[in-house]
Amino acid sequence: MSNPQQLRYSKEHEWLSAAEDGVSTVGITEHAANALGDVVYVELPEVGKEITAGETCGELESTKSVSDLYAPVNGEIVEINEDVVADPSLVNSAPFEGGWLFKVKISGEPGELLSADEYAAFIQS
Amino acid sequence: MTDAPRRTALDATHRALGATMTDFAGWDMPLRYGSERDEHVAVRTRAGLFDLSHMGEITVTGPQAADLLDHALVGNIGGVKTGRARYTMICDAEGGILDDLIVYRLADREYMVVANASNAQIVLDALTERAAGFDAAVRDDRDAYALLAVQGPESPGILKRLTDADLDGLKYYAGLPGTVAGVDALIARTGYTGEDGFELFVRPEHAVTLWQALTEAGKDAGLVPCGLSCRDTLRLEAGMPLYGHELTRATTPFDAGLGRVVKFEKTTNDGDFVGRTALEAAAARAETAPPRKLVGLIAQGRRVPRAGYPVVAADGAVIGEVTSGAPSPTLGKPIAIAYVDAAYATPGTEGVAVDIRGTHEPYEVVALPFYKRQK
Repeated sequence: MSNPQQLRYSKEHEWLSAAEDGVSTVGITEHAANALGDVVYVELPEVGKEITAGETCGELESTKSVSDLYAPVNGEIVEINEDVVADPSLVNSAPFEGGWLFKVKISGEPGELLSADEYAAFIQS
Repeated sequence: MTDAPRRTALDATHRALGATMTDFAGWDMPLRYGSERDEHVAVRTRAGLFDLSHMGEITVTGPQAADLLDHALVGNIGGVKTGRARYTMICDAEGGILDDLIVYRLADREYMVVANASNAQIVLDALTERAAGFDAAVRDDRDAYALLAVQGPESPGILKRLTDADLDGLKYYAGLPGTVAGVDALIARTGYTGEDGFELFVRPEHAVTLWQALTEAGKDAGLVPCGLSCRDTLRLEAGMPLYGHELTRATTPFDAGLGRVVKFEKTTNDGDFVGRTALEAAAARAETAPPRKLVGLIAQGRRVPRAGYPVVAADGAVIGEVTSGAPSPTLGKPIAIAYVDAAYATPGTEGVAVDIRGTHEPYEVVALPFYKRQK
């Protein structure tokens, strides 16, 4: 399992792309997707909603469990991945690519985010 | 202080296959090897291989083995023919379910009782206590067996490659001793998936040999290793109750809609057995004024009901509780088993919803099971 170097990571297992024009793409990591098992339902924040770092902003439901989705940063949702709403299995099959969840216009400096190497060490501990 | 989880004889095999392991009733068991949905579909359409070595085997032998079991369990065990098996339950004096069981009659005076892992000690203790005064011996055989299951439409073909046993002559809920892949086994046509299939009881030192032989024999037929996660969705679709969910000590077999397993007339003991008086009352209550009934629920939306979620009526009143719920790979929708007030238990009842973390999601009331295989 490899975590792309260019991404940053939260301790809640979200990944965050480098911002372009202040907008970052957010998803969950392969580690988190594997731990969840087959994802069958995702509930994402609506476009326009303000999210706050560390607070829940959605839900990921798998065969055996339901998990909260946490906002990794402060910001406004500018796009959600309709493909993943229609086909939640994308979270398992392509967590860093087609399984992205939403795009957020970052308003507050992100809190505690990890590099790929720091995240790899974090999930090993 | 907690004890380290127990490992089955196949533990290293599971790890080599990359299984996600989970603690289950004190055992470290495979939850899934890859996608639990793929494993589920494999069992419905081809075949799946399970390690069920955590199940608890108890052997009962002696001239009064049948009398003891007729006294201790709710079924008519003396009426089970040698080579056949019976689904039954063990209840307390108040009629509460201690466990659901499969009892195999291996010989005239020898039975094997298979208990759920989580209840095996309770069942062993109860049988031992209830054996007082009977000329019969209760033996803890939990460490004597590993249990492998091959389930799915391809399972007879796969097993035939490895055994000379007469599988065609082996009926559903029957078991016979035989040899599979050169290993002595009790071959039983039982399972918990809603499919045709076999459960193979073998000595633990033979488990890896048998697992590998089945894997090899099933390769062309599409057999895959399967974990406990898909076992749960398979049994849920098949409407089979699970101890701790549909069945509890606070529930009688009649409350669970399984009163048919209670036999007030028995081959031995003149029909007397532990819990009889309480169960007669429970039978009468189920007939005249059932408190709640076990039903199936099918989601109209996509959010998944979980055990413990309230079932609500159109006005928001709580009318029941979900006991098991999961997305159904076969139906393509979330399903649940729930206890609901009798007034809402008729299939097609309008306005029933499940409270999923604050939102009332509409559900259709249906009769169980959700899935029945075509024979």
